[in-house]
Amino acid sequence: MLRGGLILVFLSLGFLGQAKKIEVCSTCEISSIKKAVEVAKDGDVIFVKKGIYKENSIEIYKSITIYGEVGTIVDGSNKEGIFIISANNFTIRNLKIINVGISYIKEQSAIKVFKSNNFTIKNIVLANVYFGFLIEKSHFGKIINNTVSSLAKNEANSGNGIHIWHSSNVEVEGNEVFGMRDGIYFEFVTQSKIHNNFSHNNIRYGLHFMFSNNDTYYNNEFKNNGAGVAVMFSKFIKMYQNKFIHNWGSASYGLLLKEIYDAEIYNNIFQENTIGIKGEGCNRINYKNNTFLRNGWAIKIAGACYANIFEYNDFLHNSLDLSYDTKVNDNKFENNYWSEYTGYDLDKDGIGDIPYRPVKLFSYIVNRTPEALVLLRSLFVDIINFSEKVSPVFTPDDLMDINPVMKRIND
Amino acid sequence: MLKILKYSFYDLMRSRWSYVYFAFYLALGFVLLFLNNDVSKAVITLMNIIIVLTPMIGTIFGVMYYYNSKEFTELLLAQPINRNKIFMGQYLGISLSLTLSLVLGLGIPFIAYGLFKSSAIFDFSLLLVIGSFLNFIFVALSYNIALSTENKIKGFGYAILMWLFFAVIYDGIFLISLVMFDQYPLDKFSLIATMSNPIDLSRILILLKLDISALLGYTGAVFRKFFGTNLGMFLSISILVMWVVLPVIRMNFKLRKKDF
Amino acid sequence: MIDFKNLHKRFGKLTVLDGLDLAIKKGGISAILGPNGSGKTTLIKCLLGMVIPNEGEITFKDESVLKKWDYRNDLNYLPQIANFPPNLTVFELIQMVKNLRPKESNEKELIDLFGLNDSLQKKLGNLSGGTKQKVNIVLAFMFDSELLILDEPTNGLDPIALIYLKELIQKEKEKGKTILITTHIMSFVDEVADDIVFLLDGKIYFKGSIDELKKHTNIDNLEHAIANLISKQYA
Repeated sequence: MLRGGLILVFLSLGFLGQAKKIEVCSTCEISSIKKAVEVAKDGDVIFVKKGIYKENSIEIYKSITIYGEVGTIVDGSNKEGIFIISANNFTIRNLKIINVGISYIKEQSAIKVFKSNNFTIKNIVLANVYFGFLIEKSHFGKIINNTVSSLAKNEANSGNGIHIWHSSNVEVEGNEVFGMRDGIYFEFVTQSKIHNNFSHNNIRYGLHFMFSNNDTYYNNEFKNNGAGVAVMFSKFIKMYQNKFIHNWGSASYGLLLKEIYDAEIYNNIFQENTIGIKGEGCNRINYKNNTFLRNGWAIKIAGACYANIFEYNDFLHNSLDLSYDTKVNDNKFENNYWSEYTGYDLDKDGIGDIPYRPVKLFSYIVNRTPEALVLLRSLFVDIINFSEKVSPVFTPDDLMDINPVMKRIND
Repeated sequence: MLKILKYSFYDLMRSRWSYVYFAFYLALGFVLLFLNNDVSKAVITLMNIIIVLTPMIGTIFGVMYYYNSKEFTELLLAQPINRNKIFMGQYLGISLSLTLSLVLGLGIPFIAYGLFKSSAIFDFSLLLVIGSFLNFIFVALSYNIALSTENKIKGFGYAILMWLFFAVIYDGIFLISLVMFDQYPLDKFSLIATMSNPIDLSRILILLKLDISALLGYTGAVFRKFFGTNLGMFLSISILVMWVVLPVIRMNFKLRKKDF
Repeated sequence: MIDFKNLHKRFGKLTVLDGLDLAIKKGGISAILGPNGSGKTTLIKCLLGMVIPNEGEITFKDESVLKKWDYRNDLNYLPQIANFPPNLTVFELIQMVKNLRPKESNEKELIDLFGLNDSLQKKLGNLSGGTKQKVNIVLAFMFDSELLILDEPTNGLDPIALIYLKELIQKEKEKGKTILITTHIMSFVDEVADDIVFLLDGKIYFKGSIDELKKHTNIDNLEHAIANLISKQYA
């Protein structure tokens, strides 16, 4: 037992003894990161001292750690990508990387990681980059507390902030992404977590999520993105405590769900979006304890959506609560709070005594004839809504909340 | 004219109905703000009420005042004053007293609530400006109807019908034509149709500052471009002004030939 | 002083004044009489500029009154129905009318005469019909104008007020004013009028003094003489 312990200590001492720290600075023996990477061996640490390093295409195939200090800037001079990494067990942190050039052929990025396991990208600041982090076919990675930004003007010549493709078990935490095309982009990514990120003012999606199953995202805030957040063609997604705010524009939504199966959407806030949630072909999704505040449409259901359950949500002051483009309803609305509800609660059990019908005739008409929207809140529209409420003709007559709650639930 | 205005205004400001009207808005303002605690929601509710109510009250007050003061108007007509001035004075007197009821009735609770610190002050001011416009427009329209109709009952009926037309029927026809012709591009049509009804125009102007602004984009570029710009705002306000000016011009024109 | 020349007025298909010619001299009291619908009120309103004739000319003191308004400073009008803004007080109303006319007024005297001092601060909406008519009379007589037009001045007055009114009219006449009266009370005409203008079918059927009328109809009683004139219409 004792001998075994000694051997272990000895081994690790030997290992540490081998690892060395390489310093890089303009006046050092090694004055470029590329050179440092060249001389480094697995397990080595490269410390990049403050200063501006104009370098491109630094290729890394070794399990090393690179870190900088305040004032360490790697400048790509608007040319090619900067770090290209394919190695297990590497870490890159505390750097500022700027000016990655736009390319219409290659996805040039500040840090590209491919075929790597156990990587960490931490405390990196990216500014004026084309793509930010490009992760491909990699697993067990952490992308933590980074800031990614650029000055994207249109979709054609801008890249994504955190772009992950064909990977698994990645954790994206505490990042701020803005001014990119898509803030965070997931394609074929499984068993991953996205949390505590702030993705805002991106010209397309705050989060773009496709063919990625069994992922969880929570505590994120998506604000002021051109088209909001899109989650498409995925299964077993969990979304908790996210905020979808102010995605205000002609084709914007807080959250677009397209071909989503078996998702859980709990405790999120959808505030001031043109459309809070737009659902197309979504099945078996549970919406619980979400708050929909002052959206144009709180929820817009298009195409076949079956077996969705909406429970304990707050619908507050949305222009239109719900829009449905079919007469068929296979979704359940129960125990929600609707600020438009005008019923009463005589038995004082906190549940309204008459059901609430969230689909108005007007929202049905607007679906067919979008121009009709100019009549929103007109007296005539109120009158036809009322008559439809009394005897439904155009809207699904079984679509109602039988037990509307009288008070806000998720305050 | 100013003298007539002054006395019409005095007379109306002391009428029971002005108090009722004022008290109604006062109560409404307080209830909305202090029970609701949400200024922007209160502005929306107020908009719904103002857009329906101010035209209606303006219409009713206009015809009522005209027919009730008919004999007194005759006395005034025998005085050495231009008849246009008499009617313009009365018209302005009614419009101003209604506007005052509106502005004070809603303004007091909002000031008491601390509106000046709120970001909703612009929306709220817009609401009052548009409410005042609606007063002036509908008093002018109803005065036109009253001037053209000798019979009091008929005049009253026409005036109510006029209000009903602008507040409800117009939108019904508008909506039906939108739905019927939905395979055609309707942007320009709906733009023009909105502009042609002062109630619709007012509604859109307020909604633009509130919830419709993003939704409108949905209906196509023409609409968004038009209402989204300062030019659109300017044009809309000019059209509201036209809605005041044209009936007033017709009133003056009608007066030249009118027998009392 | 007043000249109506070839005056035509139609309300739709109904012809009310049909080429009426009438001249009224300065001074004296003329009663304008005629059956219902004969155009008395229309005639007066034409003079006042309230009704606009289809054809013809009206001159007052040798000047056309059509499309003008400042000539009305030289005439006072007592309308038939006294209906005032209900929320103004009597005092305010008098002030208002005074405000509208740049002229001296002697309302004080008239208010005393009709005992309106107690009502000055009352709202017009709360006054009785008779009191309103008194206010009406005050408004009509308080200015010193050459022409007075009185439309049914006796409406709703109590006997004492009626006496005062008659005195008032006499006084004005003595000052050399021209006074036009329409009324249905023949005794009142008999008492105050110098001349009678009788309208029928939109024309002047008779114009002359009361005596001339009696002679014309061979009836000594004014009321019957008038009735005789009216009956010719029904014949």
